[in-house]
Amino acid sequence: MGEFKVHRVRFFNYVPSGIRCVAYNNQSNRLAVSRTDGTVEVYNLSANYFQEKFFPGHESRATEALCWAEGQRLFSAGLNGEIMEYDLQALNIKYAVDVFGGPIWSMAVSPSGSQLLVGCEDGSVKLFQITPDKIQFERNFDRQKSRILSLSWHPSGTHVAAGSIDYISVFDVKSGSAIHKMIVDRQHMGVSKRKCIVWGVAFLSDGTVISVDSAGKVQFWDSATGTLVKSHLIANADVQSIAVAEQEDSFVVGTAEGTVFHFQLVPVTSNSSEKQWVRTKPFQHHTHDVRTVAHSPTALISGGTDTHLVIRPLMEKVEVKNYDAALRKITFPHRRLISCSKKRQLLLFQFAHHLELWRLGSTVATGKNGDTLPLSKNADHLLHLKTKGPENIICSCISLCGSWIAYSTVSRFFLYRLNYEHDNISLKRVSKMPPFLRCALQILFSEDSTKLFVASNQGALHIVQLSGGSFKHLHAFQPQSGTVEAMCLLAVSSDGNWLAASGTSAGVHVYNVKQLKLHCTVPAYNFPVTAMAIAPNTNNLVIAHSDQQVFEYSIPDKQYTDWSRTVQKQGFHHLWLQRDTPITHISFHPKRPMHILLHDAYMFCIIDKSLPLPNDKTLLYNPFPPTNESDVVRRRTAHAFKISKIYKPLLFMDLLDERTLVAVERPLDDIIAQLPPPIKKKKFGT
Amino acid sequence: MVSDQKPLGSWSVKQGQIITCPAVCNFQTREYIVVHDNKVLRIWNNEDVNLDKVFKATLSAEVYRILSVQGTEPLVLFKEGAVRGLEALLADPQQKIETVISDEEVIKWTKFFIVFRHPVLIFITEKHGNYFAYVQMFNSRILTKYTLLLGQDENSVIESFTASVDRKFISLMSLSSDGCIYETLIPIRPTDPEKNQTLVRSLLLKAVVSGNTRNGVALTALDQDHIAVLGSPQAASKECLSVWNIKFQTLQTSKELPQGTSGQLWYYGENLFMLHGKSLTVIPYKCEVSSLAGALGKLKHGQDPGTHVMPRFVNWETPQGCGLGFQNSEQSRRILRRRKIEVSLQPEVPPSKQLLSTIMEDSEKHIEVEVRKFLALKQTPDFHTVIGDTVTGLLERCKAEPSFYPRNCLMQLIQTHVLSYSLCPDLMEIALIKKDVQLLQLCLQQFPDIPESVTCACLKIFLSIGDDSLQETDVSMESVFDYSNSVHDEKMEEQTEILQNGFSPEEDKCSNCDQELNKKPQDETKESTSCPVVPKRAALLNAILHSAYSETFLLPHLKDIPAQHITLFLKYLYFLYLKCSENATMTLPGIHPPTLNQIMDWICLLLDANFTVVVMMPEAKRLLINLYKLVKSQISVYSELNKIEVSFRELQKLNQEKNNRGLYSIEVLELF
Repeated sequence: MGEFKVHRVRFFNYVPSGIRCVAYNNQSNRLAVSRTDGTVEVYNLSANYFQEKFFPGHESRATEALCWAEGQRLFSAGLNGEIMEYDLQALNIKYAVDVFGGPIWSMAVSPSGSQLLVGCEDGSVKLFQITPDKIQFERNFDRQKSRILSLSWHPSGTHVAAGSIDYISVFDVKSGSAIHKMIVDRQHMGVSKRKCIVWGVAFLSDGTVISVDSAGKVQFWDSATGTLVKSHLIANADVQSIAVAEQEDSFVVGTAEGTVFHFQLVPVTSNSSEKQWVRTKPFQHHTHDVRTVAHSPTALISGGTDTHLVIRPLMEKVEVKNYDAALRKITFPHRRLISCSKKRQLLLFQFAHHLELWRLGSTVATGKNGDTLPLSKNADHLLHLKTKGPENIICSCISLCGSWIAYSTVSRFFLYRLNYEHDNISLKRVSKMPPFLRCALQILFSEDSTKLFVASNQGALHIVQLSGGSFKHLHAFQPQSGTVEAMCLLAVSSDGNWLAASGTSAGVHVYNVKQLKLHCTVPAYNFPVTAMAIAPNTNNLVIAHSDQQVFEYSIPDKQYTDWSRTVQKQGFHHLWLQRDTPITHISFHPKRPMHILLHDAYMFCIIDKSLPLPNDKTLLYNPFPPTNESDVVRRRTAHAFKISKIYKPLLFMDLLDERTLVAVERPLDDIIAQLPPPIKKKKFGT
Repeated sequence: MVSDQKPLGSWSVKQGQIITCPAVCNFQTREYIVVHDNKVLRIWNNEDVNLDKVFKATLSAEVYRILSVQGTEPLVLFKEGAVRGLEALLADPQQKIETVISDEEVIKWTKFFIVFRHPVLIFITEKHGNYFAYVQMFNSRILTKYTLLLGQDENSVIESFTASVDRKFISLMSLSSDGCIYETLIPIRPTDPEKNQTLVRSLLLKAVVSGNTRNGVALTALDQDHIAVLGSPQAASKECLSVWNIKFQTLQTSKELPQGTSGQLWYYGENLFMLHGKSLTVIPYKCEVSSLAGALGKLKHGQDPGTHVMPRFVNWETPQGCGLGFQNSEQSRRILRRRKIEVSLQPEVPPSKQLLSTIMEDSEKHIEVEVRKFLALKQTPDFHTVIGDTVTGLLERCKAEPSFYPRNCLMQLIQTHVLSYSLCPDLMEIALIKKDVQLLQLCLQQFPDIPESVTCACLKIFLSIGDDSLQETDVSMESVFDYSNSVHDEKMEEQTEILQNGFSPEEDKCSNCDQELNKKPQDETKESTSCPVVPKRAALLNAILHSAYSETFLLPHLKDIPAQHITLFLKYLYFLYLKCSENATMTLPGIHPPTLNQIMDWICLLLDANFTVVVMMPEAKRLLINLYKLVKSQISVYSELNKIEVSFRELQKLNQEKNNRGLYSIEVLELF
């Protein structure tokens, strides 16, 4: 199949931000996740947990609460005191409303989905009406004496429970007055702590209020009488989050020790109608604080400081063995943070607030499979480019020749020209960006670096001509009338004639760059596109979807290729379809037109279209080199998928030249090493 | 305690008015009803603040109680025995109320039930020491009067009543001044309502509370099988709340109420409410499904044997009473039923009958032959029962004739694996008297339910019995490994090496202890490596180590053991510990040796119970120092483990670093 020199890169010092909130939407089966840097991500649980959308973070915006309202509208509130609504089509922030109550600690949508309640630092609870295009302040509830850290509506919408410091209040929504104040015991294992923070509350339809607090307790209260009914001490540290299933027969809590506990309403004895809450299952999938939990009909979802999003299916609720039956741990973004200049062997790393440019080293030695070659030149850190302002970088790109770097934040687009003189580089910013190039979701340079393609968040695709140190706006493909869907993925053919663009909801458009018109639209597919690329010479567009299907579509012929049809007819190997990370990058071998190179976070694969496809009986992944078997056997067992699982977690892999690959890994241990230390637990002794 | 709970509402009558009937809630209208000054009815709800301004109705007769249950309108019971529905009464408050009960008859207690969706009211009256029960059916408006006969104990005064209802009967339970609980079954559907009928009560539980309690006696039925009783169990003791299982006649649980109670007890929604001192105490209590195992688990030993009303051996497959315990004039429905079956079954079991008759008369030798014959037979369905009866028969005879002690028989019977301590508590008692250590060892090995007090009594005998009398016995040596062999081999070994266990005693800060120990190094080595007890005693002690116990119950009994015996046992345990630490797996050789955990637990228990005594004994000083070192070494082991863990983590980190080959490398990859 081939021998490659692999530049194995581990110096991409990327640390994802911790997860602060998750919000599950049952209607669309989507999960919104907010991180401590203000980033909000939307996962489509029906599409193999693919991270469909993301909203870049902002330094001043610490999201403390996230919720879905009626009509699948997403709201967040944070310590900057603002409520924000996200535009899930255009992928930008629709508006932000200051609630004038100081930092917001909690937010809850009414059961009808039409009202929004926020709890503020100053102890106020404010009710907002959700109007079709905005939100409107309605009134304040009785002001409490300390910050409101958690809120929960009674399913009938008549009452609200609010967790504060040392007590829980029950409000009557109609009058806005507090009808009960339930004092939480400060005692923690017999020692009186300074304060007991009620991190989470949940109001059940039978009037029970469940609270979780900093003393490690899960408590059940009767909201009608304001009395404590039952108390479970489950942790030596804070219990930080709670989420109840829609049927109210189970709930989940997360603790600062990284444990997630599942509570279920089970009959006291079999066949008895009397039920009680029982702590049934503990899960330890996290090393750090579980800041937030969610309960989908089939799974427990948790996230926290250790940056993993964990989706733990409830096996009793899963009927078929499919994607939903497996434990998911999502750590890395499902988009590329790395781009590569093949000609100069440069890597551009994208961080939240800066870019790093590295030059790969070199070797003159050769070796056999598995050897580590002595370096004649080590990798160099060439450039550290810091952004101005508090906004996170959305996307970045380096041109193939290495002389252009472009990146974008929510409000600004930056283009730099790089000059290389021996070992020195000089950087020059191209000034006077036109106003339409303000916020780019995706940037791409043509292979000859003469054109720049920019997908803006308004749905338009801009083509910019680059020459020398200047640029010229050539054309803008406007979105089809009536849609504002943002394009997230771009691919350009190596001859520069074709541009493919894909949006968030599974439609790929191919434009003719020469004639500046829409060439065709690839037939729609149910699952979102995770990566795509156009093969040189043949101009076949290879598209990977989140359900692990790969299609090959001939742009000149405007139809799927024969190979793609064969693949669809025969189907992919079941192990291929069971992989749980999406393909994030596709590339091609310049000399071998039959090869497609693609990778996800845990494997790198070369598909050789000339070989037969594997069926479910053949071994898909065989890490061992063939021993002294006869050539005939080898040929018979050989199949199209050549897989390597040496490099993982793999964030980027590309072909630098015919015989050289670059692989960027980010070991989890390196991430953990940069997190704050977890709560220490004793292993031995008294 | 409900000190941290706050009342949801509070109302009071004007000064001078007296509330004469407890307030109740009308569940249909969510209103509260109270009576003050006997005749004035007040009705209000949550929103009302001032009781003076709420609805008021003055009635023509004095009210005894207002009764309210969920699902029906409240009833008003007048002192003269008449009953009215609340609605009917409010329609015409001044209506004439008839007199039902005779002069000088006073209502003592009342309860309101729903039976088959029909309300039923029962009230008890008293006149010159005679008690009458009235049952008012509301669907048929029939009032039936019964006279309660107190039976042989005519002078007793009934202190408290409770009642529960099943399909056909109201079971009226009464707590008499003699401290016993009696049950009276009142049919819900009267056979002949016109005639004045009499009811007989039967003894349910004997001596539940002390007869001469001044105040604070109350009982309430929790479910079919459980009742809660408030009062002092013995004359001098503090008042206490106890829950009894009446099916198995056992005390389920009990709780002392040192601040005294007022004789009021309610059970509502799985919570028991009572006044304790000046506060209202709420104790959540849920009746588990009544099972024999559950009942036996909490059985308190040393209790009045009179409470064992039930026959002891019940073969649940083929019920057969054994003719023990109460069989006199009991009228209990339950017992009657069982006796009927018993009568019908008796002729079918001749072999056991024969055996039982043998036991009563024949010689030990003959009995042994008979027992062996019976055991050789195939196990019959009533095997358990017969074994139980046989043992009881033998033990009865043992008690009667001090010279009669069929040891071999008893051993054989124990080895059938069907006996347990609770089936024949006398067995171990007699063995203890006879100092039959072999039988005791067997019991300890076979019985799963030996109370801690008996375990402790066995321990006392095992420690005190002379070596020479031990020689004659034939105890099972299975748990003892012959340590004498190994003693010779390992005599050369330094004791410190045995103790090491991951830490070095050179670091030991207890220098003066060491010095003292070093004074007599030879002596010490000898002591630590040779068994302080003879192997037979060791076998007996091992049986104790293997037995199950609960710390709280064992500790008080351990205090009764003489100090020199405690020291001996501690020495033996210390010896076992040293033997344990000799090998890497921390186990003792042998077939069924005591485990390290059992040894450590017993060391802790003995020291907990007797530390003040042992510490005063000069001869125990070195032992204590050794034990101190032992504990210290354990702590050090744990701290060393923690240190090793850290070192391992560092090693792991290094290992990882070796694996990840730095931040950048160029490698060769060949895809096949």
